[in-house]
Amino acid sequence: MAYCSYCGKPAEGDHEVCTRRLAVLDPPRYCAECARRMVVQVTPAGWTARCSRHGEITSAR
Amino acid sequence: MTAAPEQVDRSTDVVDVAREQVLERGVGLTEAQVLEVLELPDDRIEDLLALAHDVRMRWCGPEVEVEGIVSLKTGGCPEDCHFCSQSGQFPSPVRSAWLDIPGLVKAARQTADTGATEFCIVAAVRGPDKRLLSQVREGIKAIRDDGNDIQIACSLGMLTQEQVDELVSMGVHRYNHNLETARSHFPNVVTTHSWEERWDTLRMIRDAGMEVCCGGIIGMGESLAQRAEFAVQLASLEPDEVPLNFLIPNPGTPYEDYPVVEGPDALRAVAAFRLALPRTILRFAGGRELTFGDLGAKQGMLGGINAIIVGNYLTNLGRPAVQDLEMLDELSMPIKALSQTL
Ligand code: SF4
Ligand SMILES: [Zn+2]
Ligand SMILES: [Zn+2]
Repeated sequence: MAYCSYCGKPAEGDHEVCTRRLAVLDPPRYCAECARRMVVQVTPAGWTARCSRHGEITSAR
Repeated sequence: MTAAPEQVDRSTDVVDVAREQVLERGVGLTEAQVLEVLELPDDRIEDLLALAHDVRMRWCGPEVEVEGIVSLKTGGCPEDCHFCSQSGQFPSPVRSAWLDIPGLVKAARQTADTGATEFCIVAAVRGPDKRLLSQVREGIKAIRDDGNDIQIACSLGMLTQEQVDELVSMGVHRYNHNLETARSHFPNVVTTHSWEERWDTLRMIRDAGMEVCCGGIIGMGESLAQRAEFAVQLASLEPDEVPLNFLIPNPGTPYEDYPVVEGPDALRAVAAFRLALPRTILRFAGGRELTFGDLGAKQGMLGGINAIIVGNYLTNLGRPAVQDLEMLDELSMPIKALSQTL
């Protein structure tokens, strides 16, 4: 994981707030591999997030 | 001689006045009274919530209306609502996305499976264009073809009369269009359209016989007086439902650094809105996870709320539906069934 998927900045550094938001409130918005903004679709029971380079990831639920 | 501060004058205390006026007679609080409620000290919150709960039980009953929502068209909105991560005018990380029809059918199915009776289809637009409306029409047909008889609501922005009529013909039974905040505060929140334009759409919806769903967001820099103003402005609309959101400060929006509404203030707001709107479906919507956590959600349910959105929101995530359903079970609050609403 090179980038924070909440704020899109390099993963090293302080992302405490980001981690908390991702745990409760937010789907990933930035690709963790390249920091591109992803196309995200939230649905009642989950989400999908697609990076134009690295493909799609989905929520566990 | 003045009374000791801890003593409450029973003849003028707003909670006692509300007990007679709202609980007994079903007359909503005035703006000045709502403000008094919003200014009650923390040690009165328990009394206040208990009264709001009694009002809800008396005028609405014990059932809870459960709803799921989904974003059909996300992001890229030309409007500038300062709280919204879907506005194309701010550097928000939310990118445009369209949900396809199979995705919409699946979302409706997942919602119905929770026991919900309401499914709201939402689009981030100023108002719908032909493409969006035909997508909605096709989507509703596909949901029905899937054997799903959940009630369908829409939230597609400002409408023309023609579009209102079209939605009615599709079988949309309720329309959501939030006034968002007090009329006096609205120009600080949105500059690309007016409160009055929103009001006009709401009147058309009502006149066409659709149910009106209209609420807003607490915590956008409004004063307590403006919160009270908003509650009575909503009451004057006589909406069937009021969704109450608490600001989620989303990155990239002008409100990204706004503080989260504190639990006690949020609870006072919940109770105050119930006392202003004794018969309305008052729904817990976005932001409750952030503002309340798990404990506060229960307090809200016991403080005048009688409807919830379960599962995720449009761009933010909610608690898993099962957690909320367990909470309702624990509170012995039955979920409103489809047959009762038809
Ligand atoms: S009109 Fe709706 S989607 Fe568009 S910016 Fe305002 S709140 Fe967001
Ligand atoms: Zn981060
Ligand atoms: Zn990538």
